[in-house]
Amino acid sequence: MIPEIGHFALLLCLPIALMLATIPLLGAVRGNRLWMNAAPIMAAGQWLFLLISFCCLSSAFLTDDFSVKLVAMHSNSKLPGYFKFSALWGNHEGSLLLWVFILSSWTLAVACFSRQLPDDIRARVLSVLGMISLGFLAFVIFTSNPFERLLLNPVAEGRDLNPLLQDIGLIIHPPMLYIGYVGFAVAFAFAITALMTEKLDAAWARWSRPWTNIAWAFLTVGIALGSWWAYYELGWGGWWFWDPVENASFMPWLAGTALVHSLAATEKRGVFRSWTLLLAILAFSLSLLGTFLVRSGILVSVHAFASDPTRGIFILALLVIVIGSSLLLYALKAPAMRSAVRFNGISRETLLLANNALLTVALATVLLGTLFPLFMKALNAGSYSVGPPYFNSMFIPIMIPVLILMGIAPYIHWKQTRISSVQIRPWVFSLSAAILFSVIGTIYMSSHYDHDFSWAAALTIALSTWITVTTGIHLILKSSHQEGIISGMKRLAPSYWGMCIAHFGIAITALGIGLTSVYSEQRDVRMEVGQSISLGSYRYQLVDIRGIEGANYRSTQATINVYMAEAAGSSDKTIAVLLPEKRLYYATKNVMTEAAIDPRLTRDLYVALGEQLDDGVWAMRIHVKPFVRCIWLGTLFMALGGVIAVADKRYRKALLSSKPKTLESVNSAASATASVDVLALNPTNENN
Amino acid sequence: MHPLRKQRLIVVCIIVIGASVAAMLIASALKQNLNLFYDPSSVAAGDAPIGRKIRIGGMVVKDSLERVPDSLTVLFKVTDYHAEVQIEYTGILPDMFAEQEGAIATGQLNGSGIFIAEQVLAKHDENYMPPEVAESLKAKKKINSATIERNSELTNEPILIPFTEGANEQSNYN
Repeated sequence: MIPEIGHFALLLCLPIALMLATIPLLGAVRGNRLWMNAAPIMAAGQWLFLLISFCCLSSAFLTDDFSVKLVAMHSNSKLPGYFKFSALWGNHEGSLLLWVFILSSWTLAVACFSRQLPDDIRARVLSVLGMISLGFLAFVIFTSNPFERLLLNPVAEGRDLNPLLQDIGLIIHPPMLYIGYVGFAVAFAFAITALMTEKLDAAWARWSRPWTNIAWAFLTVGIALGSWWAYYELGWGGWWFWDPVENASFMPWLAGTALVHSLAATEKRGVFRSWTLLLAILAFSLSLLGTFLVRSGILVSVHAFASDPTRGIFILALLVIVIGSSLLLYALKAPAMRSAVRFNGISRETLLLANNALLTVALATVLLGTLFPLFMKALNAGSYSVGPPYFNSMFIPIMIPVLILMGIAPYIHWKQTRISSVQIRPWVFSLSAAILFSVIGTIYMSSHYDHDFSWAAALTIALSTWITVTTGIHLILKSSHQEGIISGMKRLAPSYWGMCIAHFGIAITALGIGLTSVYSEQRDVRMEVGQSISLGSYRYQLVDIRGIEGANYRSTQATINVYMAEAAGSSDKTIAVLLPEKRLYYATKNVMTEAAIDPRLTRDLYVALGEQLDDGVWAMRIHVKPFVRCIWLGTLFMALGGVIAVADKRYRKALLSSKPKTLESVNSAASATASVDVLALNPTNENN
Repeated sequence: MHPLRKQRLIVVCIIVIGASVAAMLIASALKQNLNLFYDPSSVAAGDAPIGRKIRIGGMVVKDSLERVPDSLTVLFKVTDYHAEVQIEYTGILPDMFAEQEGAIATGQLNGSGIFIAEQVLAKHDENYMPPEVAESLKAKKKINSATIERNSELTNEPILIPFTEGANEQSNYN
């Protein structure tokens, strides 16, 4: 009964989404206030019914209702409760339900937090979100119904969740990623609204920025969680594989990062206006492309089309409609949106333009590498795969100038900066610090890990130091105040803090990536009980192997003591005990490697059990991974920065005082100058 | 020439040159890192290049797996039911690697027809089969019937190729 209620609630959402997609928009076109104001109610209704539907499916999973096909295929009565819940989105149908539920939550959030927007703008934004929702609801309902029953052949026990997915990382990774993906729909809806109304001013940028930042922050955390999960769960010790599925989530992130920066320029100076719109469309289109690549099964095989052609074609059609119509609208309206504002030579605009150009080129190379095998396959030109070396050799050189610019841009003023007026001292100081730290750091790391001098490591440390020191000095200079630095810091705008924290996060992540790549050590070894193996400055000893019983699996667990290697002195002190496991899950008969990790900020000790070679003899993979934690730690700072920036007062102020502003800027040609005037009249924090 | 036009011409030239350099760099990077897939039949027919990085896949032949004593080196054969290729790999095999299951190896063929693998991939769960393997087997109309039965256990309709929708999504998390 409960699944039927869920199914019915889901079906009800379809007409609500249809109304949301049309009525407020028609109201905005005709100036009918009643129709426009119906939008929030419909958004709330859609959210409520999707919530009911989501709860019904959760309850089917939690109560082991194996008459529901989805539950029978992906859950099991022996599964711990929290995995039963997360099994909901560990499959195609359930994860799409999560997708539309998150979309409806964003829609509701827009309806709630944008009461101060002009009625017609809010109605249009909500309508565009309703259109997207309509498309995806249709996709779920017509091709991927999560509530389908197994009435003919009922089963007594479910097939269990794929053991790879029975993990805390999977409970939070997909929702985070989806919140980020889907969040770009809001930026997209704002962009489409701007194109429809041909109104794009500083106020518009101020409305879009908080939404974009939050979506970007969630996407950042989502990608990082995915990387972290792959690191410890797949048992290979790698944290990024340039796998097409990873790229599918990374491409919207790159577009979103460019968008966050380009929005800053659009808000402050009214420049890059049509480019910002294009990026907003691009970010969401790439999110859709990611959903398509992952959900259609095209990445696993183009033949997934043949096994269930409707799904792949449906979502491809959706993709074509959304991208095609938004780009058509862009082509028609964007020429009218050109920025009337000029900027010269050395200015922050130029540097932000460089940032955007570099990020876009990086995005293009990733896109090419991801889609190339699919194109070749579609053309029947052979089955290729593009290896990580391609991505590394393209992506890393593009990122180096981005990191260098990050230390320069905050010191450059908007509009025009005379070279003579630029303070060189902070850069000289930062550069000296970068060189000093780089030399000391590389020499220390090389001796500690018994490695040759590495230029890559030296460059990484130099770049990270450069970003940290330039950002730090800028922060101190900016907060110098007659009552002291602390009170000066309190006066800084949250958006400025957000920028500093996010850039600091980039420095940490870059440091982690560089040092892990250079100094990681890995060995596949054959180990007997009692035997010791040295790797780097550590000695691993296999002490014991025993069998243990888990809730829904049987496991072989090894005990490995780790000591400092003899050369390093006190060799008898155990610094870590690692307990890697090899699990056999009963329901699926799947074998799973559970790696054991001793995490530290400066290094991870990582051991994964291979297979049994002989009685008491096992194949093992041993890693030492210096600074690998920094990769994920840095992303948390980035996300934190993105969220803190949203707390800026001017976004709330902008909402309150936005109505007169939009009326002021009547048509786009005039609005450019108008928005600059508005900016001049309302001096906000200049430096962000 | 009008100064404005001259300026534009310079800008256009820079863009064209920059774009072509970028395109060349990308093309060469791509070319060096493309790994083409071959099935055992085409290896047997001598179509596969020697000493270049390629991928080979098929079903792991029953009873073909042997270990070189006191090392991590394993030898096994993969087949598409027409021809077999001997594969040598040193390292830890993936969890789901097993005889009579699909596998893909990345590596190089040596002069004596042995494929020296640097990476071996197997399925992620019991439904999944590497797509190239499935395809090459399908083309030869010799699908392992056991795989089909397992897949259609829960779905009532017969499935003609050896991987299901469910398998696809799960592998996507990988």
